Amino acid sequence: MESFFSRYKNALVLIVVLVAQLLALAIQVKRPAADSPDQRGVSLIRYVVVSVVTPPERWLRYLGQGVRGLWSGYVNLIHVHQEDAGLKAEIERLRLEQASMAEDAKQGQRLQQLLDFKQHYIYKTFPAQVIGVSGTDQSQTLYIDKGAKEGLAPDMPVVTADGIVGKLKDVFDHKSLVLLITDRTSGVGVTLETTRTRGILKGSSFGEMRVMNVSPDERIKPGERIVTSGGDQIFPRGMPVGTVDRVVPDPDRDPWVDVVIHPAANLSRLEEVLVITDVGEAASPQAERDLAASEAEGAAEQKRASDVLSERLPGRMDAKAPADTNPDMNADNTGENVRLMTPPKPLHPDQYSPDATPPSAELTPGQRHAPVLQGTEEIVAAPPQRKPTAAVPAATTERDDDEADVPAKKTVPVTGTTSKTVTSASGAASASGGAPNAATTIARPAKTTNGSSGTGATTESGAARGVTATAGEGFGQRSASSPGAGDGVRTPPKTRVIEDGPVSAPVKKKAPEIVPDDGSKPPATAKPPVQKPRPAIQPGEQNSQPALTTPPKGGR
Amino acid sequence: MALMASTRREADDRSFPLLIYVLIPALALGLQSFVSLHFPLFATLDLPLMVVIYFAMTRRNPAASTIGGALMGIAQDALTRQPLGVFGIAKAVIGYVAGSLGVRIDTESHGTRLLLTFLFVMLHNAIDWVLVRHLLTEPMVWNWFHELLRAVINTLVAVVIFALLDRAKSRE
Repeated sequence: MESFFSRYKNALVLIVVLVAQLLALAIQVKRPAADSPDQRGVSLIRYVVVSVVTPPERWLRYLGQGVRGLWSGYVNLIHVHQEDAGLKAEIERLRLEQASMAEDAKQGQRLQQLLDFKQHYIYKTFPAQVIGVSGTDQSQTLYIDKGAKEGLAPDMPVVTADGIVGKLKDVFDHKSLVLLITDRTSGVGVTLETTRTRGILKGSSFGEMRVMNVSPDERIKPGERIVTSGGDQIFPRGMPVGTVDRVVPDPDRDPWVDVVIHPAANLSRLEEVLVITDVGEAASPQAERDLAASEAEGAAEQKRASDVLSERLPGRMDAKAPADTNPDMNADNTGENVRLMTPPKPLHPDQYSPDATPPSAELTPGQRHAPVLQGTEEIVAAPPQRKPTAAVPAATTERDDDEADVPAKKTVPVTGTTSKTVTSASGAASASGGAPNAATTIARPAKTTNGSSGTGATTESGAARGVTATAGEGFGQRSASSPGAGDGVRTPPKTRVIEDGPVSAPVKKKAPEIVPDDGSKPPATAKPPVQKPRPAIQPGEQNSQPALTTPPKGGR
Repeated sequence: MALMASTRREADDRSFPLLIYVLIPALALGLQSFVSLHFPLFATLDLPLMVVIYFAMTRRNPAASTIGGALMGIAQDALTRQPLGVFGIAKAVIGYVAGSLGVRIDTESHGTRLLLTFLFVMLHNAIDWVLVRHLLTEPMVWNWFHELLRAVINTLVAVVIFALLDRAKSRE
């Protein structure tokens, strides 16, 4: 038996060592959760090894810092003043920016409180120096020189100014093990900033980070920023993680893709990190102070702005204002209206001016006090049964003011300029005043009408057609049945053409100028169509003269 | 020409001061942790593995080399986040094999050291990959190019370090 052990001593030692370590591995792997703290024995071994290894590293680091401090603090002092001034200006700018951002954050917090979503802010951080790493590329970890004695605890997030670094895994008295986000066992809840795609960021054996199992999205482009989502309950929401490097298909899950990430923080050259030791639902005291200062400054600026406005736009009771040379009689000392406003006197009074219209008791039915822009009316002896149906764009007849009070006058707005009345049935249009444009467009319903002239369908121009229509079908039918001029049985109807404009050529009557009450410039009005003067219609030719040869516009 | 173990042990039996057995492994662990902080590519090297190989081939005691390798690996595991024993098992095996070969072949020549170190690095990485991938079921990728390159770099550096450590030997 003794010879067996002595003969196979080496092999037995190897077997014992391997079995012991395999058992230790099995015990460690059998832990309920991978992130649970190590067992007491394992922690003791780690503590012993770290205590042996890290002190020299710490000394070496202090030595290096001392040498570096001597060089940079006492030797290399070129451009220090310029850098100092630049840094101070940068600090001022950043403080203002931080105040603005704190204000926005506070507003966002209020809104999120409305949504019953608790936003956690970084409340307190603790700086730490990196003193070592695991030494193997299979384990992306590093050691910092702060531990439980400084208030650190496992699962606290570790960040830098550029982005997140990792979380505390093992915490000793004065040292802590940081699990980097590039480790293959780490996981961080992230959100793509532009596309708002959520995912889990995991590391790999070669220090590559990927957002796993992302649904394919063409909007995911290289360079897009990635921030923490806060879903892992470790990292606060919105902290920078990195940028998209490329999108690769997931070989295991065909429709899904992996997003390879370039970390924001330089994880291979870390020297100082910040451990977030406390997160709260409110901003930090410094942020609160900056916010208060920002609000006070904003209120002061707003007050100054209102002062400037009050100076530029004096109030109604400005004491510094000069005496009013034209006081408003309708307002009292406070500027309030105390009596009804009276319109100002017009510079050019017309029929639309105030007080130009006589009282209603003095008005006569049918009497016209104000000219219309254009219009015709038909005076029929027999009471007409139908009303005129169409407007007359232009009509020129001779004027007969004596017949203005003929009953059953119908006035239709047209675009003429004078008011004339003719006896169309007799055809004896007597020109009064020799108006060049008179007696030209009286209805000619005889041959040129299509028999149903009541509808106004003639071959004449628009003006003549309008007159025909205005005359009504009775007039047309009568003309067609009795083309003769001497119809002494029935009283011929009279058409009164009302035009707004000069009455006659010798007497230039200026069209009334419409001046708005507010004294502004009147709007430009379209000029009426110019009509060529036509010779007066001779008696006897009223019904025998063919219709106007001017083809109707519009193909009628 | 390799010599037999009995002949070699009688012809060249040298040892190290006790302090060397403590300082060299600690220095290897410290440098591996500290230098990799400032030079990430330094993590490609495995200084503890070189120390295990060197002492195993020099001492020619498989049992002691096995225990030494296991302790060195456990210490290296303690610096990482992985369970204790992964590097311990791998380096225990390497220590045993290197100690056993050191008894039988000449490990003083640079050619033998080059070849053996290359093989030991590859074996160490293979054991590590098997343990991590199949025992711990962690997603560790085996990249032949990466592993071969790492083995070559470790071998070249190891030959230089072995030559430096030879100066610390004390002839008995």
